[in-house]
Amino acid sequence: MISEKRFLRRFQESDFLHDFKRSPVTIVSFAVVVVLFLLAVFAELVAPTNPFDVGSLNLMNGFTPPMQPNAFTGEVFPLGTDDQGRDLLSAIIFGLRVSLFVGLTAVILAMVLGVSLGLLAGYRGGWVDSLIMRAADIQVTFPSILIAMLIFGVARGLLPPSMRDELAISVLIISIGLSEWVPFARTVRGTTLVEKEKEYVQAARLIGLSSGQIMLRHILPNVLSPVLVIATITLALAIIAEATLSFLGVGAPPTEPSLGTLIRIGQDFLFSGEWWILIFPAATLLALALSVNLLGDWLRDILNPRLK
Amino acid sequence: MTDSILSVRNLRVVFPHRHGKLVAIDNISFHIQRGEIIGFVGESGAGKSMTGAAIIGLIDPPGYIERGEIWLDNLRIDQSVRGDASLIRGKRISMIFQDPLTSLNPLRTIGDQLMETILTHLPLSAEAARKKAISSLEEVDIDPSRFGAYPHEFSGGMRQRVVIALALCAEPELIIADEPTTALDVSVQAQVLDLLKRLCRERGASVMLITHDMGVIAETTDRVAVLYAGRLAEIGPTQTLLSNPKHPYTRGLIASTPSVESGDIGTHLFQIRGTMPRLDALPPGCRFHPRCEQIMARCRSEQPEVAENGAACFLYEDD
Amino acid sequence: MKTTDLIQVEGLRRRFDLSEPWLVRLLARRPKRFLDAVDDVSFSIERGKTYALVGESGSGKSTIALMAVGLLRPSSGHILIDGHNLYDRSRSEAEHRRIRQRLQMVFQSPYASLNPRWRVGSILKEPLRVFGLTQGPKAETHRVHELLEQVGLSVSDASRFPHEFSGGQRQRISIARALASRPDFIVCDEPTSALDVSVQAQVLNLLKDLQKDLGLTYLFITHDLAVVRVMAHRIGVLKSGRLVEEEDTKRLIEFPQSDYTRMLIRSAPRIRPSD
Repeated sequence: MISEKRFLRRFQESDFLHDFKRSPVTIVSFAVVVVLFLLAVFAELVAPTNPFDVGSLNLMNGFTPPMQPNAFTGEVFPLGTDDQGRDLLSAIIFGLRVSLFVGLTAVILAMVLGVSLGLLAGYRGGWVDSLIMRAADIQVTFPSILIAMLIFGVARGLLPPSMRDELAISVLIISIGLSEWVPFARTVRGTTLVEKEKEYVQAARLIGLSSGQIMLRHILPNVLSPVLVIATITLALAIIAEATLSFLGVGAPPTEPSLGTLIRIGQDFLFSGEWWILIFPAATLLALALSVNLLGDWLRDILNPRLK
Repeated sequence: MTDSILSVRNLRVVFPHRHGKLVAIDNISFHIQRGEIIGFVGESGAGKSMTGAAIIGLIDPPGYIERGEIWLDNLRIDQSVRGDASLIRGKRISMIFQDPLTSLNPLRTIGDQLMETILTHLPLSAEAARKKAISSLEEVDIDPSRFGAYPHEFSGGMRQRVVIALALCAEPELIIADEPTTALDVSVQAQVLDLLKRLCRERGASVMLITHDMGVIAETTDRVAVLYAGRLAEIGPTQTLLSNPKHPYTRGLIASTPSVESGDIGTHLFQIRGTMPRLDALPPGCRFHPRCEQIMARCRSEQPEVAENGAACFLYEDD
Repeated sequence: MKTTDLIQVEGLRRRFDLSEPWLVRLLARRPKRFLDAVDDVSFSIERGKTYALVGESGSGKSTIALMAVGLLRPSSGHILIDGHNLYDRSRSEAEHRRIRQRLQMVFQSPYASLNPRWRVGSILKEPLRVFGLTQGPKAETHRVHELLEQVGLSVSDASRFPHEFSGGQRQRISIARALASRPDFIVCDEPTSALDVSVQAQVLNLLKDLQKDLGLTYLFITHDLAVVRVMAHRIGVLKSGRLVEEEDTKRLIEFPQSDYTRMLIRSAPRIRPSD
């Protein structure tokens, strides 16, 4: 208990919090991310309607502009409705959930995979290192979207059609995660190469610890700080990747649409006057990706001089 | 005084930070005579490197000179505007750093680096500069045929000699050498120090030798200043100070240094109890008092200044 | 081998392969290149005494230190502790552990020898856990406190991180870690080279006291002859991987036999040249 209070006080007095408070951009980005995250988590409670309950939809509500009463039913929707009469605000909130879920899980997958491979490559060296790094080099020459599409396409081809929609999200997560592990691996490998020469690693070998134990207990805690920065940036990338894939029709299915899917739907109606069906989901996606990116930038800046 | 090339008066260097400021150097005053080799000795954090940096104008921001004056001959240099500083630095005052690996540009030949320095500070033609560069190399016992060699082709000791050649080629009046031999083997160390000493004597250049090694001080310097926690503890002629140290810290430092000429396995080295205080936790009064065996009441609240006998210590007041 | 010898080193050799990658060698028709960092070194250390290896950079002393403690396999020759060959491949895992427990090392760099993300208490507990030396958390904590006090630190230091300590204090923590497994033999690799003079005196005195109290045997690696004079019973002078001279401390310094030793002694800076 005493250590928790001490930790809190140290945090409050820390340079970390101080720099944070001084940068208005970061505060706003952080606030946006938190708000969007909470919306996504509490979607059921926050959204006015459930946009996926087909029974509750009224086709007559379709194409209602934002904040204007519908010509037929008189209902008002804050952000308007799409062609099926779905409340756009609700659709965006649920779509946000899918986007964030996929993005976060994909990043975690990429992080676990990348950090493990980076540790292995750095500590073991030799052919293990060469193998992993060449795989990384090859992967990086392809745009990650293409790789994600490739994996997605292969998986889809292997799965029976009945399962396709159910597993679409999982396959999406795996394909994005597998396409983003390289920056983690490379950074962790670099730091591992430096750390493994230090005497505290020799001291651990001296008492007979195995390579695995040394990598996990001693080296891992020391290679994690750049990982946090990479993770935030990769999260932004993963969110965009998911949106792109869904936009192209190979991502989240219409039964569980993400922001990208919504943008795809809205695209058809942009120039026929129903601009809100595209603009609002797009704006939300932009706000999310931008905020996450700015947070990552700030993190990188303040964590760097700390190295002194 | 008339013979001093450098005069530092009441120098105070601080580092501001969020909760206040750290005083890295507190009210140091000293002179360096023309042609003398003066040592600045102290332990890590004592402020010796910082003093050198202050003189040559290379204090890392946010640190700055808060108070005091630094005079090079009859020119005040602590307030130099950018343009002036580069005229003095390298030309009238030059510096030698500890690590010969990072002092030299690995991508350029040593000949190039010498010529660059010469041409920057002396009004010579390229031909004359080249001749001068070659003679600089000869002076530090490096075969001129190695003019076109790269730093990595030399050993540590030879690289340091190249660095000395670089430091001397623009004919400075003062050379600040910050731990020039710490990274070198003992056998090479002696050669490099001899070289430095000889060359400076020949040119009448002064040397400010910064080190933590008392042995180096004993064998190379004419006078020595002992620093402790940002202040001068004692200053005086080397041989006198070493054979008859007055400040308890100086005494402790000399007593804890093992000697190759005496002692054996049964010897228990003298140790000064405690450690040098951190800059953010300086004790009141004399900064050495918590560790002093001869502490008196006033030491806890008043700070002693350097007296006539060279020591900043109340033990000698009223003597 | 005398029964009073704890450590015996015989014909120790370590060769490093510095060859370029085989494709480069093939195309440029260049031979393989080797460096004999340690070349036929033999010496022995008496129980409870300190043997110093003195040499400049490139002499091979750090390579010998790593081999003596089990971290680097020799190319040929052997190292025996109490008659047991350190690098016996046929040994069982349990026997290996028993031998490892008897060896320890104190490193040169106070900054790189402690894991910056671990608290001091955890650093000291690790060898206790690996060797199963204490039963239960209470006994563990007790032993950690015991070790801290043995090296002149306080019990509250166990909850701190290494960066909160000075260089000298960190070396004390390293020494405490080395003592945790109750070893017989400790290799000290330039333990005070990175420390200030007054701190060095404290650490050297500590090492000497511990040797007396616990009957420890030291292999002391250094380049500083003055330190060796007060630390070692016996000195071996290394040059380019070979043992050039070996003698009891006082006799070697006062009556050096080889030119190299004489040169080293001559170059050692003296505070009072008039002595």
